Amino acid sequence: MIWPSFLVNALLAGTAIAAAAGLVGYFMVLRTQVFTGDALSHVAFTGALAALALGIDERFGLFAATIGVGVALGALGGRGRADDVVIGNVFAWVLGLGVFFLTMYTTNNSAGDGNAGVNVLFGSIFGLNRSEAVTAVVVAALIAAGMVTIARPLLFASIDNAVAAARGIPVRMLGYVFLVLVGAAAAEASQAVGALLLLGLLAAPAGTAQRLTTRPYSALLISAGLAVGEMWAGLALSYTVPALPPSFAILAVATGGYALVLLSGGSRRRSRWPVPPSQLLPAGSRPAGHGVRTTAARSTHGPGS
Amino acid sequence: MILAAGPSWNPIIDLQQMWSFPFMVNAFRAGTIVAVLAGVMGWFMVLRRQSFAGHTLSLIGFPGAAGAVLIGVSASYGYFAFCLAGALVIAALPRAGPGGYSEESAVTGTVQAFALACGFLLVALYKGFLNGINSLLFGNFLGISAGQVSLLGIVAALSLAALAVIGRPLAFASIDPDVATARNVPVRALSVAFLVLLGAATAEASQITGTLLVFALLVMPAATAQALTARPGRALALTATIGLAVTWLGLSVAYYTPFPVGFFVTSFAFAGFVAAQAVRHTRPRWRAASTETSPMPIGIAR
Repeated sequence: MIWPSFLVNALLAGTAIAAAAGLVGYFMVLRTQVFTGDALSHVAFTGALAALALGIDERFGLFAATIGVGVALGALGGRGRADDVVIGNVFAWVLGLGVFFLTMYTTNNSAGDGNAGVNVLFGSIFGLNRSEAVTAVVVAALIAAGMVTIARPLLFASIDNAVAAARGIPVRMLGYVFLVLVGAAAAEASQAVGALLLLGLLAAPAGTAQRLTTRPYSALLISAGLAVGEMWAGLALSYTVPALPPSFAILAVATGGYALVLLSGGSRRRSRWPVPPSQLLPAGSRPAGHGVRTTAARSTHGPGS
Repeated sequence: MILAAGPSWNPIIDLQQMWSFPFMVNAFRAGTIVAVLAGVMGWFMVLRRQSFAGHTLSLIGFPGAAGAVLIGVSASYGYFAFCLAGALVIAALPRAGPGGYSEESAVTGTVQAFALACGFLLVALYKGFLNGINSLLFGNFLGISAGQVSLLGIVAALSLAALAVIGRPLAFASIDPDVATARNVPVRALSVAFLVLLGAATAEASQITGTLLVFALLVMPAATAQALTARPGRALALTATIGLAVTWLGLSVAYYTPFPVGFFVTSFAFAGFVAAQAVRHTRPRWRAASTETSPMPIGIAR
């Protein structure tokens, strides 16, 4: 069977992008910086549209905006971690700017591509040409290499920042390098699934991997592997059922996988108790979300401390 | 959009001219209702540090509205149905402690992205909806009918009345849940009630600002007010005032320019936030006073 070239390009780019997103996403979830990823997804939209409106390469705008804002958020929040309210304010405004550029682009190019806004928001992985796919692979390989290089000290710093700093690990520097990698991964992912959906590609495989194992390096590999598998499954699903847009199919597979793991884990834990633990305690005093908390705490703190 | 040659810079004449269009009157009415409701809810949201939940609720509204359009009913019903249902689901999920935040945020992020993906699927199924998707995401104040305004007004009045009833214990429970629990304040029930009210406010605001810009009306006025004053009463009044000011200004400026209202509302609100931060930092007396006297986390303080 000869595969059409758009599918080959999509598979090529999708595999590399998913692997990079899985690696970066694991640390993003571990460091509880999902909200940063969320903000960057909005920034990616504005960056791409600004580049389109100004008539330069869309990808240049993407990378410049996500990496620049990622580092700026780190600086604003101090210690390489940004405050939720500051992030919320910044990205609400950044989206407003994105709308401005969208209007500017569509009014200046009335004959041009009316789909540009939708493509930036929701991705067009089946529209990548060969050179774009190759570029995506090269950038993704660089991100993955960077991630593997800093994985060990970053893991230490993420689990216990103070002890890592005392041991002479440059935690602040690591935080910034990580934010640069998150920014680059966000820009990559938005070419596959679009600016609005890239958070799912970053967070879902990582969350699933954290559920499946408590060992950090296995989780890192599982996260990357899951992301690639979900990307393939999503592309195949969208190719066989043309009514489903590829970005929806990828996100649906990723979300489905996470939901499956969450549900099966939850039922296994509950069956250990003959009486639900919540009924053993007086109503007012029971800690909400007991089971979830212990599992997550184990996965975050277990191996390192 | 440009309906007039430009402002005459005489505010009375300009307002008369602008309000001679029924859709502008409706836009101002709806904007006023939404700004006050979103501002007040947003103040509690920032106080309770539930920005992420508020953001998720606003994104959940998108598939709702897209689905409503697909089956041929008003997008309003889609927003309300999905935002309220989403609020109940978030309330039913276990509220994670500090250790569980990592997983909770991964789940929230995944749900957000999936909600947007579902909305995109519904839009893709409904062919020829290209302008529709932009107005769902970024708001459209031109098409607001008088019926929609009264629906917004009724929901806002009910929500504010409910908030007035639970306001005091809610503030107590938000500031110190442990002490509030010990004093027999129903912390859990209050949390659920608040999320439902937040869902209603989000659904309302989505219809004016669009799914992606709701957050501007929810978080920006509240964060600005919290940077300026720590007293709850004053901060709530200030939040509503700032919300109204940016909405009215945004609508007026958008009326005279080709750019969408969302851009102006977010820009004015962000300028206010930055100015408030600048005031705070140039007058350290304020910060010292607020951290000493205030029992609550002041939002942006580090």
